[in-house]
Amino acid sequence: MKKILSLILVLVLVLACAAGFSGCGGGGEAPPSGGDSAPTDDADTGGEPAGANEVVYIGVFEPASGDNGAGGKQETLGVQYANSVQPTVEINGVTYDVKLKIVDNESSNDKAASAAADLVSAGCSVVLGSYGSGVSIAGGPTFEAAGIPVVGITCTNPQVTEGNDYYFRICYLDPFQGTVLANYAFNELGIDKAYCLSKLGDDYSGGLVNYFVDAFEALGGTCIEATFPEGNSDFTSYIATAQNEGCGVFFSPVSTEAAQLIVDQADAQGMSMPILAGDTWDSNVILQAASGKNVNITVTTFYQEGGDPAFDAGVKEWINSDSANLSNNGGDDTIAAVTAMGYDAYFVALAAMQKAGSTDPADVMAALWDTTYDGVSGAIAFDEIGDAIRDVAYVKTANVETGAWDFVTVQGVE
Amino acid sequence: MEFLTANLPYILAGISVGGQYALIAIGYTMVYGILRLINFAHGDVFMVAGLVMVYLTTVFPMWLSIPMVLVITVLLGFAIERAAYKPLRNAPRMSIMISAIGVSYLLQNCALYFTGGLAKVYPQIPWISKTVTIGGATTKMVTLITPVIAIVLIVVLVIFIKKTKIGMAMRAVSKDFETSQLMGIKINAVISATFIIGSLLAAVGSMLYFSNYASVVPTSGAMPGLKCFVAAVFGGIGSIPGAVIGAFIIGICENLIKGVGWTTFSDAFTFALLIVILLVKPTGLFGEKATDKV
Amino acid sequence: MTEKKDKKEVLYSLIGIAVLLIVIIILEKTIPSTSILFSVLKKGAIYSLAAVSMNLLNGFTGLFSLGQAGFMLIGAYAYAILTMPVTIKLSDSVYKYYDCIVGFQLGLIPSMIIAGLIAALFAFLIGLPVLRLKSDYLAIATLGFAEIIRAIFQWDTIGPLTNGANVLRKYLDLTDVTLPFSNIPFPPTLFIFIVAGICIAIIKMLIDSSYGRAFKAIRDDEIAAEAMGIGLFKHKEMSFIISSFFAGISGALLSMYQYTVQASQFKTAMTYEILLIVVIGGIGSISGSCIGSFLFIACNEWWLRFLDESSNNILGLNIMRSGFRKVVFSIIIMIIVLFFSKGIMGEKEISIKRMVDRLRRKKPKPAVEEGAK
Repeated sequence: MKKILSLILVLVLVLACAAGFSGCGGGGEAPPSGGDSAPTDDADTGGEPAGANEVVYIGVFEPASGDNGAGGKQETLGVQYANSVQPTVEINGVTYDVKLKIVDNESSNDKAASAAADLVSAGCSVVLGSYGSGVSIAGGPTFEAAGIPVVGITCTNPQVTEGNDYYFRICYLDPFQGTVLANYAFNELGIDKAYCLSKLGDDYSGGLVNYFVDAFEALGGTCIEATFPEGNSDFTSYIATAQNEGCGVFFSPVSTEAAQLIVDQADAQGMSMPILAGDTWDSNVILQAASGKNVNITVTTFYQEGGDPAFDAGVKEWINSDSANLSNNGGDDTIAAVTAMGYDAYFVALAAMQKAGSTDPADVMAALWDTTYDGVSGAIAFDEIGDAIRDVAYVKTANVETGAWDFVTVQGVE
Repeated sequence: MEFLTANLPYILAGISVGGQYALIAIGYTMVYGILRLINFAHGDVFMVAGLVMVYLTTVFPMWLSIPMVLVITVLLGFAIERAAYKPLRNAPRMSIMISAIGVSYLLQNCALYFTGGLAKVYPQIPWISKTVTIGGATTKMVTLITPVIAIVLIVVLVIFIKKTKIGMAMRAVSKDFETSQLMGIKINAVISATFIIGSLLAAVGSMLYFSNYASVVPTSGAMPGLKCFVAAVFGGIGSIPGAVIGAFIIGICENLIKGVGWTTFSDAFTFALLIVILLVKPTGLFGEKATDKV
Repeated sequence: MTEKKDKKEVLYSLIGIAVLLIVIIILEKTIPSTSILFSVLKKGAIYSLAAVSMNLLNGFTGLFSLGQAGFMLIGAYAYAILTMPVTIKLSDSVYKYYDCIVGFQLGLIPSMIIAGLIAALFAFLIGLPVLRLKSDYLAIATLGFAEIIRAIFQWDTIGPLTNGANVLRKYLDLTDVTLPFSNIPFPPTLFIFIVAGICIAIIKMLIDSSYGRAFKAIRDDEIAAEAMGIGLFKHKEMSFIISSFFAGISGALLSMYQYTVQASQFKTAMTYEILLIVVIGGIGSISGSCIGSFLFIACNEWWLRFLDESSNNILGLNIMRSGFRKVVFSIIIMIIVLFFSKGIMGEKEISIKRMVDRLRRKKPKPAVEEGAK
């Protein structure tokens, strides 16, 4: 009986495969054309409908919860603000309403794929995001398979765009940022021993620490590296090690969630060495945590408040106009660099669609390579990998008395 | 001596974490002793206590918030038992355990919903958040007073269990559930009391823990919860002194391992310790040998 | 449970399977491949396999194990490392901080089987000490082992093998599945259904065999089973290894589906999810686990999504926002756990024959069930 059962089973499966064969032979080219069937395209041929505008969807692939939730929300705010400033786009003489489709990738690499699939199935023409490199790397292949271009906003790890033609980004990269920070620590602060802390399995902090160590050791310094596992909230041991080893700087480009704890515990343990971090720390979460404490925090970032007064005023007014925005921005109206970047990314996407003269993802993707845009965070253009051509970073330091960022310098790599 | 000064910060952190773990571990060990249930939701009750504190202090002054947190946490523990465990009292053990996992899932998701997924900064409790220097190591006051508070509470608890009527009932129930029921012990009252005590200690533990690590996220309770359960098993489940000693050992070892630089394994170590103890002495350090009822 | 199956029963289930597969083929031809329906179907099928393999342990052998995520992790990593093209291993696009020491690449199916075998090997080693423990202690010990496995895979000393704690990607994924001896892409959803279907069918056959009866005897009463001459440890170890083998394969499928894989995702929460699926479907029912898994995934990722959209709020109530979906979902789960503790199927299996018989007696109506497997 069992044998017969298994035999029949195998037979049916073979038959099913054969059916798959014939089905496939007819439509072998089906998967690549999947992206075209987005609902937005149907409208193209429909001509001018009376009254309502056509709609184009822009996906926003950002964390709203998890480790990077705070940063992701601020970045999303930038996109939403840009959308409120310019809610329509004119492509080939047709006015489209731009609708944002926001999904939460939960700062988690395994949720990223399904969040990305959600955006793909919503028929987005182009996707913006994400804050945090890990989710971008994890979500990238899903967008690539669907043929939808993505404009990365602040995912700085090189692996995001490497080998993925559909991923672009408007921020600088970690090799650059790591070198800038290493130069700053070695030359400006005059330190030759650094303690580098990253989160286990986090592409952003792991990558940045790696490039920092490379650059710092090339300059002649020494580094002690450590990692902390996910969900860790006890940083006292790490701080104690840094102090015991006589390090001159505590480099911890981790998520804001961990950053709060590090700042708090560094203060409690009387850590006097400066804390150095990357763009994630440029957030009012850090300012609030550091306010009134005895800590010295320096970060590199994309934008310094005051860089574009008109933009600053507009954002502040918009954020203060709605309590939901205010709470998403962390309770005050300090402008995070990621908000400015989100704002620019939105306009880059619009510019690409206008240049393509279409809302078809494939056309937008082709047009993105040559798209240039002069944004509030500087001029944006893409190189042959799809990375932004940027060569300066802003260095700023947290003022624990006023609770604001003080501008230090603009740093590049020679 | 040099070894001591270099390692003092780790040991201090370890003792302090150990004290906090001890307060949570008691909740596990008491519930397990009576219901034979791993209360997976206990770690999340601890997390909710932290969040309640965050929200209360935005409205009420600190002296009012602290007792309110204690009361709310106790009510939560009581409600969970009544809603999620009591209806399943005669169901298979696995069902209750799954119900506990469900409650844990629910609490985490509610926390996620109310916080919007962002970390909440825990308010500073005056005096215990103060910075002090001891033997060359700077730390928060809470690090020093945690073990003291933990031990005082535990002594009170042990006296309570040894001397009072309800404590005696608890011991009887944990020895033999059915027989004690026949003897006229109000089983539901005893179980509720267990959950109330467990939650109360978890609330105190959460105040001490989050004063040290001042950020509450929905998953804050998961890992400490598991570790505390391990501590309870390590010390011999059902035994209060065992849970306390287990908690201190785990807290100190965990921090020393981080100090050595094996940070990847600081969590895994806890579980390795658990497996070793389960294989060598399945009843834990102070556990009584359970008789198999055939 | 061990009623004799007649030929009709088998025939009907086979027809059910065939109909299901044909439906999948038709769906893949007619609906754009980007539709969320396919994500749900794929993930649902993968979780079905994971849930059925867990059910083999928890439902049929009575071993309360919480190590499923750990074995899925092993399977996922083994698969990803084995199928990654050598050129990518040597370049620094994935192994950025390490030099990969695996200098060869295997095909898709062999890798998948090896992934299962490696998971089974780990299960064998872990089972030796752990399976002597009972109920809760076993649960906690397996959970602990899953956490230890996760830590080991994140350890940077074995980074040349596992890429440390960093993501693995650019291995053979679902878009690389082709028909044998050709370059024609295989329909991805169908592929997952076939692999998961074969595995579940094997588990089903195992459960119906004499070994399966021994497992059930152990579940119902260990001491009685031992008295009847069933080797307790041998059978427990066997069940544990087989369950882990299929967990490993489901891990491999998961890594194919996701395009990227990273140890940090295989947390205890994942085991809990699978356990909840088993409970919702019914502990001790294979078709229940499958139905439970599709329902769980569809609710979680698709049907309840509207609860997260703040634009759906009515009457000015501001309750719907990000995260509300999960609250509703966990309340539903609690209701099922508390009031329907037998789950959807209890210990029964879907039988198409029974359905057909019942329909014949009443008015005839075409019915196709997903869980026909």
